[in-house]
Amino acid sequence: MPPPGYCPAVTAPLDVPETTAQAVAPVLVPGEAVAGRSPWRIAWTRLRRDKVALAGGVVVVLLVLVALAAPLIVGLLGHPPQEFHYEKIDPDLQVPTGSFGGVSGDFLFGAEPVNGRDLFSRVVYGSRISLLIAFLATLLSALLGTFFGVVAGYFGGWVDTAISRTMDVFLAFPLLLFAIALAGVVPDRAFGLSGDALRITLIVFIVGFVNWPYVGRIVRGQALSLREREFVDAARSMGASNRRILLTEMLPNLVAPILVYTTLLIPTNILFEAALSFLGVGVRPPTPTWGGMLSDATRWYQIAPHFMLFPGLAIFITVLAFNLFGDGLRDALDPRSR
Amino acid sequence: MRRTRRLAAVALGAVAAMALGACGGPSTGGSGGGTGGGGDTAKAEANAGIGGIANPSDAKGGTLRMANSSDWDSLDPADTYYAYAWNFARLYGRSLVGFKAAPGKEGAELVPDLAESLGTPNADATQWTYRLKPGIKFEDGSVITSRDVKYAIARSLDKDTFPNGPTYFNDYLDLQGYEGPYKNPNLDAFTAVETPDDRTLVFKLRTAFAGFDYLAGLINTIPVPQAADTGARYKEKVVSSGPYKFETNELGKRFTMVRNPNWDASTDPIRKALPDRIEVAVNANADDVDNRLFSGDLDVAIEGTGVQPAAQGRVLADQALKANSDNGLAGFTWFTVLDDSVAPLDNVHCRRAVLLAADRTGYQRAYGGATGGDLATNLMGTNIPGAQQFDLYPSSGGTGDVAKAKDELNQCGQPNGFTTSISFRAERPKEKAAAEALQQSLARAGIQLEIKPFPAGDYAKLYAGKPDYSVANKLGLKVYGWQADWPDGFGFLAQVVDRRVIKAGGGNTNLGIRIPELDARIDQALGETDKAKRDAIWTGIDRTVMENASVLPGVWAKGLLYRPPNLTNVFVTGAWGMYEYTALGTTRR
Repeated sequence: MPPPGYCPAVTAPLDVPETTAQAVAPVLVPGEAVAGRSPWRIAWTRLRRDKVALAGGVVVVLLVLVALAAPLIVGLLGHPPQEFHYEKIDPDLQVPTGSFGGVSGDFLFGAEPVNGRDLFSRVVYGSRISLLIAFLATLLSALLGTFFGVVAGYFGGWVDTAISRTMDVFLAFPLLLFAIALAGVVPDRAFGLSGDALRITLIVFIVGFVNWPYVGRIVRGQALSLREREFVDAARSMGASNRRILLTEMLPNLVAPILVYTTLLIPTNILFEAALSFLGVGVRPPTPTWGGMLSDATRWYQIAPHFMLFPGLAIFITVLAFNLFGDGLRDALDPRSR
Repeated sequence: MRRTRRLAAVALGAVAAMALGACGGPSTGGSGGGTGGGGDTAKAEANAGIGGIANPSDAKGGTLRMANSSDWDSLDPADTYYAYAWNFARLYGRSLVGFKAAPGKEGAELVPDLAESLGTPNADATQWTYRLKPGIKFEDGSVITSRDVKYAIARSLDKDTFPNGPTYFNDYLDLQGYEGPYKNPNLDAFTAVETPDDRTLVFKLRTAFAGFDYLAGLINTIPVPQAADTGARYKEKVVSSGPYKFETNELGKRFTMVRNPNWDASTDPIRKALPDRIEVAVNANADDVDNRLFSGDLDVAIEGTGVQPAAQGRVLADQALKANSDNGLAGFTWFTVLDDSVAPLDNVHCRRAVLLAADRTGYQRAYGGATGGDLATNLMGTNIPGAQQFDLYPSSGGTGDVAKAKDELNQCGQPNGFTTSISFRAERPKEKAAAEALQQSLARAGIQLEIKPFPAGDYAKLYAGKPDYSVANKLGLKVYGWQADWPDGFGFLAQVVDRRVIKAGGGNTNLGIRIPELDARIDQALGETDKAKRDAIWTGIDRTVMENASVLPGVWAKGLLYRPPNLTNVFVTGAWGMYEYTALGTTRR
C-alpha cells in the first residue's frame, strides 16, 4: 500500500513497465492493424502535436550544429574571431564605420568597437563555450543528482536524512559568490590543465556541483514513491539485490523526470555561464563568450548598440529555445503537470 | 605700472561679460589678444582652454554647479588621494605653497600660498623653513598659526585614521617614532616639524629632498585647528582657510559652499574665487552628468577625466559641442611593464623585441585613439616640465618593426619567439583592449601572450605587484599606468622605476623594473637643489629605463573635457591635467 498522501507525479503509462504496457488491450478498430504503443511513442505523439516545443527543439538542434560546425561556418561567412580589422573602425570615435555597427555582407553582425573583430564569428564561436559548459555542467548535475537522489529515496532512513540535508546546504549556497571566489583563487595551471581548458573545467565543476540538488530532490521524491510499488516489492520478494532493483527496476522509471529537468537546467546553466563571463571570471579573453561580449558592450550601448544586441539575442534565443523544448517535453511525458 | 594694467584688464573683462549677458550676439568691440581678459567670448573654439584661457573673465557672482560621478575618498585634506580632490580642496583650504593657477606648464609651477615664499633649505636640503604670511584667518576669524599647520601634518601621519592620503610626510620627515596626535597627544613630541614662533615652520627630513616644496604643496599642509578636529569625522565639517566654506554637507549625496568672509584675496596669489556659491552633487550617473553638461544644467564634471564614450561620440561629431571642448593631456602615462625577473624577459634583447614588435597605434586605439591620448615614446610626457621626449624604438607610424624585433629575438637566443603572459586589471576595459591588441601585434614576431585579468583592487597587492606570484605565473608583461603626484621627475618616476621600493610581500607600484645603476642617480636627484640639473637627471633615468626596455610606453593620456558656454575663465592646468577649479566662474546668475 502506498503511504498516506502518496501522489505519483509520473503518469500511469510510464509507471507500468514496458512489457506489461503491451499487454493492455487496445480498443480494436475494424480494418486497422492492432499496434501496441509504448509510453515513449505516446510521448512522441504528444510532442509532435506541440508546435511550439517542436520549434524550440529545432532551434536547439540548429544551435548544436552551429556550435559543432563553427569553424566551417565562420570560414564561409566570416573572418577569424581573433582577427583585428582596424580598417572597419573610425579612428576618432572607435566605433565601426557604416550603418548599425558596420553590418554588411562581409560583416554579418557588424564589427566590434576599437579592434574591429567580426561580431558574427565571435557570436558563433561564443555558442561553443556556452553550450559546452552548459551541457557538461548539466550532465554533471544530472549524474550526481540521479545517484544521490535515487540512493536517498530508495534506502531512506539515515542515508536519506544525510543526503537530504546535504542537498539543503547546497541549495542554500550563494552560488555566484562561490563561483567568483573560486575562479579568482584557482591558479593558472592546475590538475594538469591550463588556459581555456582549465577555465571550462572549473566552471563546469562549479556549476555542475552546486546545481545537482535540483535534480537530486526530484529524483529522490520519485524514488521514494517508486520503492513502495508492487513491482519493486515483487523484485525484492524474489530476492533481487538492491543494486539490481536500483538499476533495472527504479532507474528506467526515472528517465522521464530526469530528462525533463535536465533539459530545463541547461538554459539556467547557459545564463549562469553568461553571468560569470559578464563578471569577468569566466573563460579568459580573447576567447569569445556571449557574457563577455555583453560585458564589453555595456560601455558602448549608446553609440554601438549592435555590439550588445547580437550576443544578447544569442543568449535570449538559446535560453528561450531550451525552455520551450523542455516545457514541451515535460507536457508530453507528464500531461498531468500542465 | 603693472598694477594699472591689471586693473584695466579686470574692467575690460567685466564689460565683456556684461555685453555677453545682455545680448549674446557676436561681440564687435574689444577683441584684443586672448590674454588680457577681453577676449572674443562669443565665439568658442575647440582647445581654447589648452595653453590659453577660454572665455576669460573676472566677473564675480553666480552659482557654480558641479557633479561627481563617484564620491570623494574624503573631503578631509588628510585623507584624500585623487587629483580632482587635490584640485578642488584648494577652494576650501590653503597649503604652504601651491600650484599657480595658470594654463599648461605654467600651472605646474609652485608659488607661495600660506607661506611668504617658497621654502628655504639648509646646505644639504635636509631641513626646510617656511614663514607664514601674517593675518591669514580661518573661517571663524581666528588667525592661522604655524601650530595649525604642524597639527594638520601631524594628524595626516595617522594612517589608521586616514588610510587614503599620501604618505610622503611619513616617508621623508625625521619622525623619531612619532605616530600622530591621536596616539600621542603631546604635539611637542613631533620634533620633525618645529614651530619656533607663530609664523615659522621648520621641517627636518630623514634624507636630502631637494624638491621638498612639492611636499609643502600637498594638501596635508592645509591647516586644521586642533580644537575643531574630530578625527575621522572631520570630513563632515572641514574648517575652511580658503575662499569658500561649507554651508551644508550631506556626505555621499551633495554639499554646498558659500564665500568665506575671512578669506583675504590680497594675500592669495592663486585663487580668483569668482562664483558666490558652489553646489556639488556626488554619486551622479556619469552619462547623466555629460547630458546635463550639454543641456546647461551643470557646469563642471568634477573628476576631470573627460566625458564618457557615448558623449565623446556626440562631441566629436557635433561642431557646436566640439567648439566647447578641450582635449588636453590628463597627466597619466599608460604603459606596460616588462618584468625583468620573468624569463626570458630577463634578457634585454627579448625585452627590446617586445618593444619593437608592438604596434603602439593599437595601444592608442585601446585608450580611445587620438582623442584618448598621444602615442607615448617614453615614460614622462610633455605635461611634466623639464622632461624630454625621445623614441628609442622608432617604427613607421608607430606600428612596430617586426624585422628588427626578430633580429633582437635572435640575439636573445629565442629565434622563434617565446610565450609569456600579459596581465591587466579586469575592471578596466581599456586595459583589456590594450592587452588584446598587444597579443595580436606581438604574435607577428612569434611572441605569444596569454591574457590574464586580475581584480583591480588586488592587482598590486596579490598579482602583478607581487614578485613571486609574477615569476610563478610568468607575468612577463603587465598593463599599467601612472600619474605623478606632482609634475616632476621624482613625482613620476620614483615609485615606478626605483628597484629599492619593491617589497617582496607585494603591494608594489614598481611592477618589476630592477636597474641597479639607477639607485645612485635617484639619490643624486633627491639631493640636487638646482631644478634644471635635477630635471636632467630624471630625464636621464627615463632614458636608461627605455634603453633597458623595461617599459613598453603606450599612451600619454588625454581627456576630452567639455566646458558649457556659461563657464568662464576655463583652462587645463599642467598641475592636474584638468580644469583649474580655483579659476572658474560662471555667467549664469
